Amino acid sequence: MGLKVSDLVTLDQLKPGQRAIVERIHGEGSAVYQRLMEMGVFDSAELEVIRFAPLGDPMEVHVQGYNLSVRKVDAKHVEVKVLT
Amino acid sequence: MGEIVKVKRAVLTVAVIGNPNTGKSTLFNALTGLKQHVGNYPGVTVERKVGTAQLDEKHTCELIDLPGTYSLAARSPDEMIAVDVLLNQLPGAPTIDAILAIADASNPERNFYLISQLLELGLPVVVALNMLDVAETKGLEIDAQKIGKALGVTVVGICANRGKGLAELKTALLRTLDKKKSPTGNTTQFPQAMNAEIDALLADLNAQKEKIGRPINRLEAFRALVDKGGHAEERLASKLGADFKNSLDERRKRASAAPLPAEEVRARYAWVKNALSSAIKRPAQPPATRSDGIDKWVTHWFSGSLIFIVLMFVVFECIFVWATPAMDLIKYLFATLGKNVAASLPDGALKSLIDSGIIRGVGAVLIFLPQICLLFLFIAIMEDCGYMARAAFLMDRLLSRVGLSGKSFIPMLSSFACAVPGIMATRTIENWRDRLTTILVAPLMSCSARLPVYTLMILAFIPDRGFYFSWLGMRGLTLFCMYFVGIVVSVPVAWILKKTLLKGETPPFLIELPSYKIPDWRGVLLRVLERGKAFVVRAGTIILAVNIVVWALAYFPHSRDVGERYAQHRDMLAQQAKARIDQSTDLMSAAEKSATEKGRSTLEIAMAQAEKYDAARDQKKAALEISGKDEETKKKESAEIDAAHAESLSALSHVFGIEQMWGEIKNIRAAKETVKEVEHDLKENLEKLDNQESGDYLRRSYFGRMGKFVEPAFKPLGWDWRISMAAIASFPAREVIVATLGTIFNLGDEAEEKSASLQDALKDAEWDRTAASEQPRKLFNIPVALSIMVFFALCSQCAATLATIKRETNSWWWPVFSFTYMTVLAYFAAMLTYQIGMRL
Repeated sequence: MGLKVSDLVTLDQLKPGQRAIVERIHGEGSAVYQRLMEMGVFDSAELEVIRFAPLGDPMEVHVQGYNLSVRKVDAKHVEVKVLT
Repeated sequence: MGEIVKVKRAVLTVAVIGNPNTGKSTLFNALTGLKQHVGNYPGVTVERKVGTAQLDEKHTCELIDLPGTYSLAARSPDEMIAVDVLLNQLPGAPTIDAILAIADASNPERNFYLISQLLELGLPVVVALNMLDVAETKGLEIDAQKIGKALGVTVVGICANRGKGLAELKTALLRTLDKKKSPTGNTTQFPQAMNAEIDALLADLNAQKEKIGRPINRLEAFRALVDKGGHAEERLASKLGADFKNSLDERRKRASAAPLPAEEVRARYAWVKNALSSAIKRPAQPPATRSDGIDKWVTHWFSGSLIFIVLMFVVFECIFVWATPAMDLIKYLFATLGKNVAASLPDGALKSLIDSGIIRGVGAVLIFLPQICLLFLFIAIMEDCGYMARAAFLMDRLLSRVGLSGKSFIPMLSSFACAVPGIMATRTIENWRDRLTTILVAPLMSCSARLPVYTLMILAFIPDRGFYFSWLGMRGLTLFCMYFVGIVVSVPVAWILKKTLLKGETPPFLIELPSYKIPDWRGVLLRVLERGKAFVVRAGTIILAVNIVVWALAYFPHSRDVGERYAQHRDMLAQQAKARIDQSTDLMSAAEKSATEKGRSTLEIAMAQAEKYDAARDQKKAALEISGKDEETKKKESAEIDAAHAESLSALSHVFGIEQMWGEIKNIRAAKETVKEVEHDLKENLEKLDNQESGDYLRRSYFGRMGKFVEPAFKPLGWDWRISMAAIASFPAREVIVATLGTIFNLGDEAEEKSASLQDALKDAEWDRTAASEQPRKLFNIPVALSIMVFFALCSQCAATLATIKRETNSWWWPVFSFTYMTVLAYFAAMLTYQIGMRL
């Protein structure tokens, strides 16, 4: 059980090069929630963190075959399961 | 009659829509060329771009370019525009006959998400699958026809930037418009309960048609139900009352156990996957593309930052420095044109209006073109090649602290050169609150028009003292502070605006970092031209009107008494000069007569020789003047030259034959000298008189009266009525204050900020004495100079900026607000500066 919990982290905590599968998006009814999903970040979507901007924020994520820039505050809404 | 109807029917309208960065504008330009015009939708800041496309020899259609979007789920009035145009619910907009959806082939999933929404509208759809070449480098094998079959629409593969596939696309458009066939493929399957609720809501809304004021389409009902907090819901709620939202919430619960947006997204992505599965072949291992390779460098923390800084430096340098020669040329051309035209006109109001009002007004508009065109050249290139998104990615952190995003960086930076192109550059910001905040704080950045004001005040009043081995100068420090004050003030202003007037949901900053591309040069040039033209046509008319009003306020009431008094004065001076010249001429002819009797040829030789000596002396003195020697040495050497000259003359006077007529020669030479002097003095005095006259007129003009009227209000800033009126008169542009001060202090309007005479005039200026007994008091001192500089750093004295804000926000309220808040801010900051300065 304990192992499972540690598997789930929010997207902003991943490191460049790490791949993960989206488990769920928080913040139902908010613009972030809807926009993230429309851009292809929804449950079961696979993503990879490419890099963080030089000032530490935002982060670049590869998802649905393209690269997306997400702020860490918005990435906190995305709960993921780390693959590698 | 029948003929007209036929023609009218022939004009069919196609809406062009697609994700951002799909090459939509490139395609639009390729299809329409120069046959396009840009306007605004009423009430919002969204640009309305319409063009005509020639489909074959006989047929054309109207293309209407909708803003780039990822989805039809609108969260603001701006985003709703696309939906309203598609649903034919925008007053004044043409009925849409078909949709041209453009999709990025290299990134099909997300692009077809939007298309899945478009297919449900019931309108005929043509899909342009763009960037097939980029898809190829990613290893994607795409069968456009297969996709078309699955969707039940025509899908055409194109490369818009190379013009490939355009002919097929035009044929497809023509055929679709002809048949008016709606899509025949399967659309997205939503859960039964969800569909039922949408239908029920639609029926319910249409029952209240009267109250809403229009019929409702299924898409609008869909969006109202699914997008909680979205614009479709808000707009209906504003008509139907707060109960509507509660009833919607209940419907949502009935429609699905899971959140509806999640249902929609899942269903659509499943549909996309299904529709594309057989048509797109993917490599097992995606190849490393060149774009990824470039990105490693461009967004790397060190090399990326370095590239960014160098690029921004070039952009800034370009609009700050490189634009100057072109701007100087425009200034010079219009000044010369004004002078030449004025010279051919009789004196009076008309001459002054044409020269100072109209010709200079047109010049004041065109002067912005070099900066606008250069900035947009850079922006268009950076957008086209994909760097804009990276710039926003790099700078976002910095600006997110004040509630803005990385996209505000380039507009803000550009504003240090000039707020006009800076404000125009905010078009790249999709979120209208962010965009408006940027528009409102951008004019606080110290632009190049403030520099003449700073220069004049600093050179005249800030002592040239250095600290730390004169590495840090007092004057440089003051200039730096002036640039700094704008930045410092903009932070709380932006923050407050985002917390009050422009309060609202912080938009998620989700932007695509597209693949790098070679820019489409034709499109880049088209955009530069279009921006320049839009500025001249729409902002230019306002700027010209302001110039004419300001001219009138400075010209009228042009009292005839003043003119007559100066005319008398001029006559008097001319008469006095004439009397003195006549006297000298008499003396000269008497001396000449007497000398001629003694020997005419000797006189001529002696005069010629003496003039040679004079010329040699003058030449030596001129050379000394520009020699760069210090004052002490110059004085000494000048005396030596004079002594040598005197010696030569003395030697000449002792020559046999000349000796006897030397007295007469001396008289002739003295009389000639006097005539020259009198003529020179007269010219100088007349010029002075001209300047005094313009000063007199200006001081008596409506501006002068305004200055006197507001003087009490500006006294706490340390200003008298003349400074106040100069500040008011510089409404067309800040740098005008230099010329206005020149005129007020009787130096004419050609005074420049570095002219020593203007600086001296300011240093000597005194307060008007109300009683003869009052001690004279200097008008300017350091606190007054600082208060003027601070005022001009923060005020909104720039008609061009305000006209641009009006044009970009499509409302008079925002320029009025901008002017008010900046003026209030500038007033109090200047007052604070003066009051603190006087107490130190």
